[in-house]
Amino acid sequence: MSDRAVLAVEDLTVTIGTRRGPARAVAGVDWSVRAGETLALVGESGSGKSMSVLAATGLAPRSARVTGRVHLLGTELTGLPGEDRRRMRGRHVGFVFQDPMTSLNPVLTVGRQVTEAGEEHLGLTRRAARARAVELLDLVGIPSPAERVDAYPHQFSGGMRQRVVIAMALACEPDLLIADEPTTALDVTTQAQIVELVADLQRRLGTAVVWITHDLGVVAGIADTVAVMYAGRILEQGPVDAVFTNPSHPYTTALLAARPDPDGGGDELVTIQGSPPSPLDLPAGCAFWPRCPVRGAARCEHELPPLVPVAADHHVRTFYPHHTDGGVPT
Amino acid sequence: MARFVLRRLLQSCVVLLGVTLVVFLLLQLVPGDPVRVALGTRFDPQTYEALRARAGLDQPLVAQYFDYLGRALTGDLGVSFRSGRPVTSIVLERLPATLSLAVTAVVFATLIAFPLGILSAIRSGSFVDHAARVFSQFGVSVPDFWMGIMGILLFAGVLGWLPPSGYVALTEDPAGWASHVALPAATVGLVTASILTRFIRSSMLEVLSEDYVRTAEAKGLRTRVVVLRHVLRNALIPVVTVVAVQLASLLGGVIVIEVLFAWPGIGRLTYDSVQARDYPVLQGAILLVAALFLLVNLLVDILYARLDPRITVR
Repeated sequence: MSDRAVLAVEDLTVTIGTRRGPARAVAGVDWSVRAGETLALVGESGSGKSMSVLAATGLAPRSARVTGRVHLLGTELTGLPGEDRRRMRGRHVGFVFQDPMTSLNPVLTVGRQVTEAGEEHLGLTRRAARARAVELLDLVGIPSPAERVDAYPHQFSGGMRQRVVIAMALACEPDLLIADEPTTALDVTTQAQIVELVADLQRRLGTAVVWITHDLGVVAGIADTVAVMYAGRILEQGPVDAVFTNPSHPYTTALLAARPDPDGGGDELVTIQGSPPSPLDLPAGCAFWPRCPVRGAARCEHELPPLVPVAADHHVRTFYPHHTDGGVPT
Repeated sequence: MARFVLRRLLQSCVVLLGVTLVVFLLLQLVPGDPVRVALGTRFDPQTYEALRARAGLDQPLVAQYFDYLGRALTGDLGVSFRSGRPVTSIVLERLPATLSLAVTAVVFATLIAFPLGILSAIRSGSFVDHAARVFSQFGVSVPDFWMGIMGILLFAGVLGWLPPSGYVALTEDPAGWASHVALPAATVGLVTASILTRFIRSSMLEVLSEDYVRTAEAKGLRTRVVVLRHVLRNALIPVVTVVAVQLASLLGGVIVIEVLFAWPGIGRLTYDSVQARDYPVLQGAILLVAALFLLVNLLVDILYARLDPRITVR
């Protein structure tokens, strides 16, 4: 599988040194994404979804210790010198971050920011890079790109800035696009446009996409496979149809139930009681156990459930798959 | 841009006008009679009254002020009580000494502070960082006159490499100027460098945690490019103010250092004219310093607009 994967991580762990001790941000995850495919990493804030991707591509904070194996286009990245990793990342991976208001440098023109990766990795001349920047801005739907290329980020709206960031990410025609909650900071109509833009670009360019989000609506719309993360681990993973029609982990079930109904049915939002455990002090057993509607089994508290298949390519980390009614298992 | 500069120059004139008024009034409050001091032991009532009348000091305050202002507009800042020479030329001939000391000190300081501040920020927690912090703590806490004295003892006394004090004009003898400016400039510059290193370090650290720096790293740019193009350009914006304030305050003359090194600059002049109650010279010196300060501020505002496209000058 890893030979066909654009990016594959195996047994990835990320431990971040903090003043109050080591924090386990990612506690051993495996996932991979193939060309033309979209993998959605879903989870609450702090579930380790962003950290696993940043760590895999060498962008984890300096205080983080990363273990595991990461293959990018068949090349093992772990153990590679930082310089080589930097080159691989710039050449083959494009990033779109959460907040376009802060992810662009305020003192450089957007053209400069779009072109610099091309100059660095493709050896484009300033002039060729500029022409390419205009092309890219056009591709992501920025009107009159030949003039806008010399504008500064503050002269763009949020949605337009995110288009600039996407153009920047595509500068070297990457094999993989990482979208880290790219719509969270945008208003709803703009969100839909950005999702549509990325989906369209992916169809045209055949890029693999890792989409990090907590928006299950987006996942249903664009992802091929989904991995649900909680407290640094994957709880459920599989083709998006299988996971959505047949959620097998109580957490996934609860997440799907907590989706607000867009048709306005019901006045109250359904929530999951409690909050995730601190990464400084992860429980020995299932991290979701204290909040799990399928309570009662002492086993869950002390023993970590393994990731087991429930169908082809569909895996789940629980002792009690398909328990969705809150009843105590027997 | 031209309109911006013109408007700022006009504003500066208003500020200068305010400065003349404040200085004029303040000097009225200072105890001591300049004419008495000027006469010293040769005092007798007749000469006293004559001299007072000649200096216009028998006129009402308002008349004195407007008289002073009117002549100041034509470049005539009055006559020194002590030497009888025109204040304008006394003040202007001190300018090169102060200017060359201030500029040399600031250049020296930036040459130390930039590499040190940048390294200290990007390798925060490392040996370089700790060394830089000890250096800047030392620089801001040790008095500059003490460092000056130690400098004289070491480089002029023990090693004999540099003259202990004195001034040679740059235009007359560049090498002589350089050897004379080295010690006072290094003394003043060390203090400035300490302050600057701290500012550059903290400004860099703040920018380093910005999202757009992560974006730049995500693009796979070289560390050098990330630091210089993305971090430093943004970190520079607040640092420019600090450099300017330092430069402006050095242009006002570093009184203690100029006295210590017998450096004939504005600071020394201010000191001497206070001692001698030579009000016209003191007024002239303060006016010149204020004008220099305003000029530096104007330059900083223009530089701001060049560094940060979000600032528009209109």
